[in-house]
Amino acid sequence: MTEERIGVYVCHCGTNIAGTVDVEEVSKWAGEKLKKDGVVVSRDYKFMCSSLGQELIQADIKEKSLNRVVVAACSPHLHEKTFRTACQKADMNPYLCEMVSIREQVSWVHTDKRVATEKAKALISGGVLRVAKDEPLEAIHVPINPATLIVGAGIAGIQAALEIADSGFPVYLVERDSSIGGHMAQFDKTFPTLDCAACILTPKMVDAGDHPNITLLTLSEIEQVDGYVGNFTVTIRKGARYVKEDVCTGCGICIEKCPIKVIDTNFEAGLGYRKAIYRNFPQAIPKYPAIDTEHCTYFLHGKCKACQLFCPTQPNSIDFEQQDEVIRIEVGNIILATGYDLFNSRRIPQYGYGRLANVFTSLEFERMCNAAGPTEGRVFLRDGITQPKTVGIIHCVGSRDKHYNNYCSVICCMQSLKFAHLVKERTGAEVYEFYIDMRTAFKDYDEFYQRVLQEGVNFIRGRVAEATDAARLPGEEGKLIIQAEDTLIGKQRRIPVDMVILSAGLEPRADSEEVAKKFGISCSSNGFFIEKHPKLDPISTLTEGIFIAGACQGPKDIPASVTQGAAAAARVLGRIQSKELALEPIRASVIEERCSGCRICNDLCPFNAITFNEELNVTNINQALCQGCGTCVAACPSGAISGTQFSDEQILAQLDGILSLPINSGKVKTLESVPA
Amino acid sequence: MKYGYYPGCSLERNAIAYQQSTMAIAKPLGIEFIEVEDWNCCGATEYFAIDALAAYALVGRNLALASQQKLNGDRNQLVAPCSACFLNLYKTDHYMAEDNKLNANVNEALAAGGLHYDPGTVKVRHLLDIIVNDIGYEAIAERVTKPLFNLRVAPYYGCMIVRPASIESFDNPEYPTSLDKLTHSLGAEVVDFPLKAHCCGGHMTQISENTALELIRRLLKNAADYDADMIVTLCPMCQLNLDAYQENVNKHFGTNFHIPVLYFTQLMGLAFGLSANNLGLGKEFINAKPALDKISSEPLKKQRRKKRPPKETLPMPTMPEES
Repeated sequence: MTEERIGVYVCHCGTNIAGTVDVEEVSKWAGEKLKKDGVVVSRDYKFMCSSLGQELIQADIKEKSLNRVVVAACSPHLHEKTFRTACQKADMNPYLCEMVSIREQVSWVHTDKRVATEKAKALISGGVLRVAKDEPLEAIHVPINPATLIVGAGIAGIQAALEIADSGFPVYLVERDSSIGGHMAQFDKTFPTLDCAACILTPKMVDAGDHPNITLLTLSEIEQVDGYVGNFTVTIRKGARYVKEDVCTGCGICIEKCPIKVIDTNFEAGLGYRKAIYRNFPQAIPKYPAIDTEHCTYFLHGKCKACQLFCPTQPNSIDFEQQDEVIRIEVGNIILATGYDLFNSRRIPQYGYGRLANVFTSLEFERMCNAAGPTEGRVFLRDGITQPKTVGIIHCVGSRDKHYNNYCSVICCMQSLKFAHLVKERTGAEVYEFYIDMRTAFKDYDEFYQRVLQEGVNFIRGRVAEATDAARLPGEEGKLIIQAEDTLIGKQRRIPVDMVILSAGLEPRADSEEVAKKFGISCSSNGFFIEKHPKLDPISTLTEGIFIAGACQGPKDIPASVTQGAAAAARVLGRIQSKELALEPIRASVIEERCSGCRICNDLCPFNAITFNEELNVTNINQALCQGCGTCVAACPSGAISGTQFSDEQILAQLDGILSLPINSGKVKTLESVPA
Repeated sequence: MKYGYYPGCSLERNAIAYQQSTMAIAKPLGIEFIEVEDWNCCGATEYFAIDALAAYALVGRNLALASQQKLNGDRNQLVAPCSACFLNLYKTDHYMAEDNKLNANVNEALAAGGLHYDPGTVKVRHLLDIIVNDIGYEAIAERVTKPLFNLRVAPYYGCMIVRPASIESFDNPEYPTSLDKLTHSLGAEVVDFPLKAHCCGGHMTQISENTALELIRRLLKNAADYDADMIVTLCPMCQLNLDAYQENVNKHFGTNFHIPVLYFTQLMGLAFGLSANNLGLGKEFINAKPALDKISSEPLKKQRRKKRPPKETLPMPTMPEES
């Protein structure tokens, strides 16, 4: 074995590190004290990540014949790739370059320079002993299947599907509902331009429905995801529609003739009705109706068949015998665009939703405003005939509230302004907005706020205590009274209104945890899918080949959802066009002779990479699916699983290095408060 | 089921009806209350505003005694029927656990009397809590022999029992429903009472009577607006204000309210078929008899069939209530 020749490079990161760590001292120390461990050169430099810094390393590799490199700088999340690439360019195997984080783990979390300098030395010592045990590795290359699965056909999913399909690649667009369009299809107008939502959405829906490269699967759910980036196998259950799509013309006579009318809690948000054979709205894509078996008389009692009787097509389109279909598809990448659920306003009983008839949710009001909705776009109280004379709109219902959700739901301020405008336009009523802060960032939003102010809407800053029918003062009889503290004048206000609209927050889908598990990704503490990086990579996840777009990643409005849909598509297209993908070779592997077949690791893998070979009674790890997280390595009671780059030998060497310094022997005080 | 019991001053005087009825229903429910020996006043609401440490020590003494006397063995559950006593005991235990300094100070004061209290050793609970959660609505309904058919009852919780929301409470702090369900299980018709968790004025009657009268008026008016035959309460303070000051309200505002205010334990006793004498009935200022006479032995048939709403009426929300 050749002798180790290690170079140590200590970065100042401007003053980020040098302000708290004596980098010159550290570098000098490493050059002298770690000589015994194979260090032949140690340098410090102001910005190691700069071209000049990288060239410094490359020159040493050539001139001093280095065969290992340790860079003590920021977290490997930021620059590991930079330094590995630099080493590779100097003909060194990139996996023989280790990073030691002396910024995130040292300078940013300590204030005492002496302690920080000693800790940096200890970590570098660990890095040096560890790098000596590193093995040269080769990246894993996997081919990319050009087909893409998109889950959720709201505006984000539709946008992503069209971008990819228009570029000539196949897309499977899977939607749980009977029609695509998502929440946007329920709206009447969109802020701040007051475009008709249907007018801008339906052309995209039609495109998605007709596109030769898009396979549309509605009433469908993902059952199982197997495989790995580039080569996923997805099992989809396509629910029975009980209508033959190849014969049905979408004429709608069956809907007209169906004698059963039920409250539509889905598309009409509970404000309207639908038949037991239904279509969400006239422009639904696909146009074919679907039978709601929970309410259909035939499915419940075995008779009726009115829809079949009146169906004019030859052969008849209604097929009561239709069964769910299980479809298996192969795709290279997956985009999740599963959207949001509306906060259940019943959770705040003091706002009276569900008890006081004239308290409405934002989604109910959207349907009320929609020309195709239950009131054909007219704003009425729950009696369906009376126009309100005063309307109160309550912001932040279930948002920015530690009892429910801490986060801001982003869309509610603008949505509430839109509501105020629509109420004024359609009824001329007096409108009161109860807000905590007005958040009208983004293009043309604040202008819209000013316009609504000009229209004479009243704004009261303060969280609403309650909406009640308990009248107390003259003028309150028969009204709903909104009680709130007006924090601008420092007084309690009681505003009697006819109608209350609750701008309810956006929540993760009720089954988001379950869905995340199915796709091997994670949810944050509030339940939205976690992105790879909140700022620099909001559409990727930590699982290769799984992307997220739209409100499933966090509350967002239509433009932001469209942007993310397009961004996720661009990322996928890049993957498809490169035809193959190089993966980090950091993987776990099973030493079969040691595996006892206990299967403890089998259910632990968050990426579904572990399978069990019944015949040989050993566990296998799929190298392309494994993301090198190390969970199974730690769990294996027989030590039969080893992680490349994280072998016991490497970790123990690193610990030896760290512990070789007298940092905890009383000479250096290590307990100090972390700066706030 | 055995429980430690802290009656508090009210239950020995103005709320003696609450005490009598609580003891009366304990037997059929299989509850045994063991009173804390040598208990003292909880300090009510004012003392905390005047001298916090002394107030906490005052309450701490009761907790120390309850803990020492191990009234119901290891469970060490202490039941208070009065909302003010309950809240004071509960919050003293809570803050002593949370605030080391307060804990030390209170225990220093207690040491002078040879006592000590480790926060968390006594679990303080309101009477309503144990009745609905430990006994349960179904078990209560099973014991009902004379259901309160045809009696319209407005359940009034007052402001203390489920607040503050930051402290773990047994019911929703803004719109509690446990008393509603309990009243329903007795056969009574429950009024959806919007002001059910609003303030009765507390001791404001002594400080600013006009303010208190307005607070009381709105509760009475709301109950009257909803055609309640009576208000049922779980707090001596609420009962006193709504009952004893009703005539003052009528005089002051020119109103004509006659809404009796009873304790929920009294209604339970009636539904269990116990004699009115054992339930402290008749001690109320606004005589409950006319209202109680409305109780019929059979549920009245709905006189008017509910009219179907006109077809243009929009459906009410069907979103499920959170369990």
